[in-house]
Amino acid sequence: MPTLSEAGSKELLGGFGVPFPAEHVVTTAADAVVAAEAVGYPVVVKLGGDGIAHKTERGLVRLNLSAADAVREAAEALLAAATPEDGEVHLLVAPMLRATRELIAGLHRDEQFGTTVMLGVGGILAEAVADVAFRLVPITRTDAEEMIDDLATQALLGEFRGEPAVDRDAVADVLLGLSQAATERPDVASADLNPLLIVDGRPIAVDALVELELEPS
Amino acid sequence: MTRHTPEQFRALFDPRAVLVAGASTHPGKFGFVALHNILSCGYQGGIYATNRDGAAVLGIATARDVAELPDGEIDLAFVCTPAGANPELLKACAAKGITAAFIASAGYGEAGDEGRRAQDELVALAEELGILLAGPNGQGVVSTPAQLCAQIVGPYPPRGRIGVASQSGNLVSAFQNYAGQTGVGISRAVSAGNAAAVAVPDFLEYFATDPETAVALAYIEGVAVGEGRAVYERLRQVSERLPVVLVKGGRSADGQRAAASHTGSLASDDRVFDGMARQAGVQRAATVEQAFDVAATFATQPLPQGNRVAVVTTAGGWGVATADALSQTSLQLAALPDDLRAAIDEHLPPRWSRNNPIDLAGGETRDTVPAVLDLVAGHSEIDAVIFLGIGIQSNEAKLMRRGRFYPDHGLERIVAYHERQDARFAQAAIEASDRTGKPVLVATELAVASPDNPAVATMREAGRLCHASANRAVAALDHLWQRSRWLQRRGLPLG
Repeated sequence: MPTLSEAGSKELLGGFGVPFPAEHVVTTAADAVVAAEAVGYPVVVKLGGDGIAHKTERGLVRLNLSAADAVREAAEALLAAATPEDGEVHLLVAPMLRATRELIAGLHRDEQFGTTVMLGVGGILAEAVADVAFRLVPITRTDAEEMIDDLATQALLGEFRGEPAVDRDAVADVLLGLSQAATERPDVASADLNPLLIVDGRPIAVDALVELELEPS
Repeated sequence: MTRHTPEQFRALFDPRAVLVAGASTHPGKFGFVALHNILSCGYQGGIYATNRDGAAVLGIATARDVAELPDGEIDLAFVCTPAGANPELLKACAAKGITAAFIASAGYGEAGDEGRRAQDELVALAEELGILLAGPNGQGVVSTPAQLCAQIVGPYPPRGRIGVASQSGNLVSAFQNYAGQTGVGISRAVSAGNAAAVAVPDFLEYFATDPETAVALAYIEGVAVGEGRAVYERLRQVSERLPVVLVKGGRSADGQRAAASHTGSLASDDRVFDGMARQAGVQRAATVEQAFDVAATFATQPLPQGNRVAVVTTAGGWGVATADALSQTSLQLAALPDDLRAAIDEHLPPRWSRNNPIDLAGGETRDTVPAVLDLVAGHSEIDAVIFLGIGIQSNEAKLMRRGRFYPDHGLERIVAYHERQDARFAQAAIEASDRTGKPVLVATELAVASPDNPAVATMREAGRLCHASANRAVAALDHLWQRSRWLQRRGLPLG
């Protein structure tokens, strides 16, 4: 199944109200520096393209760049790392967000029950911890609120290390946005918001991956 | 697949007369056992049987052929004949006006490709004939309002308000056994067998319309391919009308799958099923015995309006263990309101806990338990009560009664007093619940360890569940609260 680029995934899901950081899509190292000055340091620079799905595994994400030189150097290295199979590529320049709490959210088409929406505790241990809640789309706001309640790790959602409690309404909005995306775009086979960071108590997705099915079922 | 009519379900659960097709003279055969059970549990309708040789079975004259039976009198056929004979049998039954058949016969979908073909043909035939086809390869159907025990195994449960539908006949028996043990009875129970034409969700939909059934209790192992969405919608509609308690087998068979997305790799069948159940308002129980506990609690207690629980105990340890159990659920150990503390002070010596758990600390006298239960259950900041430590006095009385000094030395009098007290405490819990409209759960291990204890017996005879442990009471109450919250959040009445 084809995947959308990170930028394309964010554009699609952003259209349904999923919050993403303001970021710039550029094609040269020089423009990456201009973009970095605009969003403010530190920044993250990633190589994007329709053929690029697993950026982290390929080392195509450069985090925490805090000066123009570092941005230029990273951008040049990323562009050089592109292979012919990647097709047309671009650079994503985004503010480097810091969060101690990470959630994960997404869409998955279940063989038995059709498209489902998921919320879980994120981070590198997400799959091992597997503190997740699923619902069948479409969901109501009540369903979304109950998904948040279903998570076992409620302590993570309250006030945490000097940070405010998670804005549950805003998390519910993300889930409702995903549900609406699935309903209105039946060609969406899956979606990942991973991680869905909690910054100042509010959710913001810093990566997105949408898989499309060419013939919607 | 066409939906079945209420009249067809009535023919299955409340037939005017029953035919046992394939009645046998051999007491080890299903065709004998089914007739025996129908004859032995009080069924008042007409009972007919066919036998290949026309031999009398259990004193009933049988017919060789369905054609010999009266027209338009029989509603239900209980079929024990070999699979090969059943198509002709169904046609003959339809000609007599029979509209429901429970097929106990094996040799269908469970028996390879040929069996599956025979099953599909039988389903199509039944549909054409207007017969509701339950089974095949099922254990039977029980309907206590009709005193009908059309089953090839025991037991016959006490009458009550739980409707059971199960993909496993064996677990129908288990739920019936728990009903017998606890006194919390069953309205209808049906083993879906291969569920060729009528599956568990169909029975649940019938239960939602059945005035005899207040709670649905179901065991399923899976959902038929391609029916997931429809099952979800149907379960949700049933849940809006009555509590559905479900236990699902096959959890461990569920593997994590490789998927391109992280969401997909987290989407195990069981997690998706669990989310579906929560969304549909279905109470999914962790185990078979918990499923019965929860259903029996729904059947005998009102729903709590909130999650603030008071624990009233005559025994300290159980109180602490219960507080621990509550902390693992969505329930809260209520903060004891000052005015309630002051009110209880009037009834107990100062050594009582003065906190929740409300440990009476042996300060209970003849009237204090009923008085304290009333005060606690009646308080506006308490939503539910768990009452522990009941039956202790009678447990000692039992020892005294059996000891060599009874009835002398004043033992006869004290034994009678202890036993009266425990019966009274159980009665007080029932009355406190009735008076306040709040759940008041009673829990003691004596429910299992000493079922003849007067506290336990009083609960059982009143048709209330005496929970076998505080933890099990907490788990059941948690399910009641989850349902209450599900209904409240959707603006639905608590019933």
